[in-house]
Amino acid sequence: MLRGLAVAAQADPWIRWDWVADHTDDIRERLFQHVELTVVALVIGLVLAVPIGVAAWRWRALYPPVLAVMGVIYSIPSLALLVFLIPWTGLTTTTSEIMLVGYTLLILIRNTVAGLDSVPADVREAATGMGYSANRQLLRIELPLALPAIIAGIRITAVTTIGLVTITALIGQGGLGALIYDGLLRDFRTPLVVGTLLTVALAVVVDLGLAGAQRLLMPWNRRRA
Amino acid sequence: MEFLGDVAAWFSDPANWQGEDGMPNRLQEHVAMCVAALLTAMVLALPVGLFLGHTGRAGALAINVSNLGRAVPSFAIIVLAAQWFEEIGAKPAFIALVALAIPPMVTNTLTAVAGVDPEVRESAVGMGLTGVQVLTRVEVPMGMPLIMAGVRTSGVQIVATATLAALVGWGGLGRYIIDGLATRDFVEVFAGALAVAILSVTAEVSLGALQRALVPKGLAADPSRAARAGLADTAARNPGGGAVA
Repeated sequence: MLRGLAVAAQADPWIRWDWVADHTDDIRERLFQHVELTVVALVIGLVLAVPIGVAAWRWRALYPPVLAVMGVIYSIPSLALLVFLIPWTGLTTTTSEIMLVGYTLLILIRNTVAGLDSVPADVREAATGMGYSANRQLLRIELPLALPAIIAGIRITAVTTIGLVTITALIGQGGLGALIYDGLLRDFRTPLVVGTLLTVALAVVVDLGLAGAQRLLMPWNRRRA
Repeated sequence: MEFLGDVAAWFSDPANWQGEDGMPNRLQEHVAMCVAALLTAMVLALPVGLFLGHTGRAGALAINVSNLGRAVPSFAIIVLAAQWFEEIGAKPAFIALVALAIPPMVTNTLTAVAGVDPEVRESAVGMGLTGVQVLTRVEVPMGMPLIMAGVRTSGVQIVATATLAALVGWGGLGRYIIDGLATRDFVEVFAGALAVAILSVTAEVSLGALQRALVPKGLAADPSRAARAGLADTAARNPGGGAVA
């Protein structure tokens, strides 16, 4: 694969701008695919994790088993989880999304519970005293106060997911990971470097964006954040 | 279900239990590589984390650099290492695994040491402990849950990523997955994935046991603390701090 290395090193610089210029459409398409895979995974992850987190917080006995199951999923290598799904969902986007969603759950659920736990008891008592029903209290008081922890969870999960998307290149998706895989298969550095740099850039931009959203959504928290 | 029968048949085929491509050899390669990479990363990362945490120097910078490191996909690290060293096989695999294990251990160790209650630290100084004694007798034991959580996170990540090292010509259990994907032999792929999954859950459980064994009894006795010690990373403890994993 890496034959004639000394020669190849001279012939193959880390980045060849002419290749980049010739492939901007391809690169843009991969970037969009990467964003799409990530966003879908995060949205489905949140839709599943927040209710599970709330339930585990309300009925505390649920929490240890939920954590244990999620912890086991989380410690299975992403490539293995991907492979386990192939006999059922094939080499498809569905397979990739199930894997990606699977890895968002542990952190999102845990941060939801930690966020709800961090609501001061006197705040909760005051709300009860004001006649808030349990559901209204959850939606108006407890979840908003849990938001910093939940968003912190989304930030971690977003960065992790953006990295994990690259693995799905091995089953034919991958977003920017497809460029990395292409670079590996053809022993050609430019797509490898472009894919890696754009993945890191995407992760940084998304993380900073979410940090910004956190400040906008929670002005009361601004000094601490 | 027929598929799972084929997987069972794969595991009972003696041909898959001998030689270089047999399960015992691939498992042994995988474990040896992971242990070597984890120990090397610990030797490199823990002192740095202890130093930065104890002196309170460059903590924010280290966490940011390490978060940036976390954003680099492990898949890319492995492939880049092979290109960088212009070589395939064990060397780029080992270096990539060490590189990706370092950031979580540095951040967790530094957060653990820096997070020790200042009053406890002051009392230790007041009792006449020197800087080194404060570190070894107060900060390290009290930070142990978090320090070991970092080791555990990195260890499990190493086991998982070593699978990808088969892409750059190294062995280990990833060989079954990568070779099977290449030849569309999904039974072999599935068997390899099963072996890797069992190994990484084993790593998670045994590093968790090590973590509990090393946490001082006085800390483990407090249930709220013990619960937090079980966290795989510090996310829940640093809601505003972003990705500290």
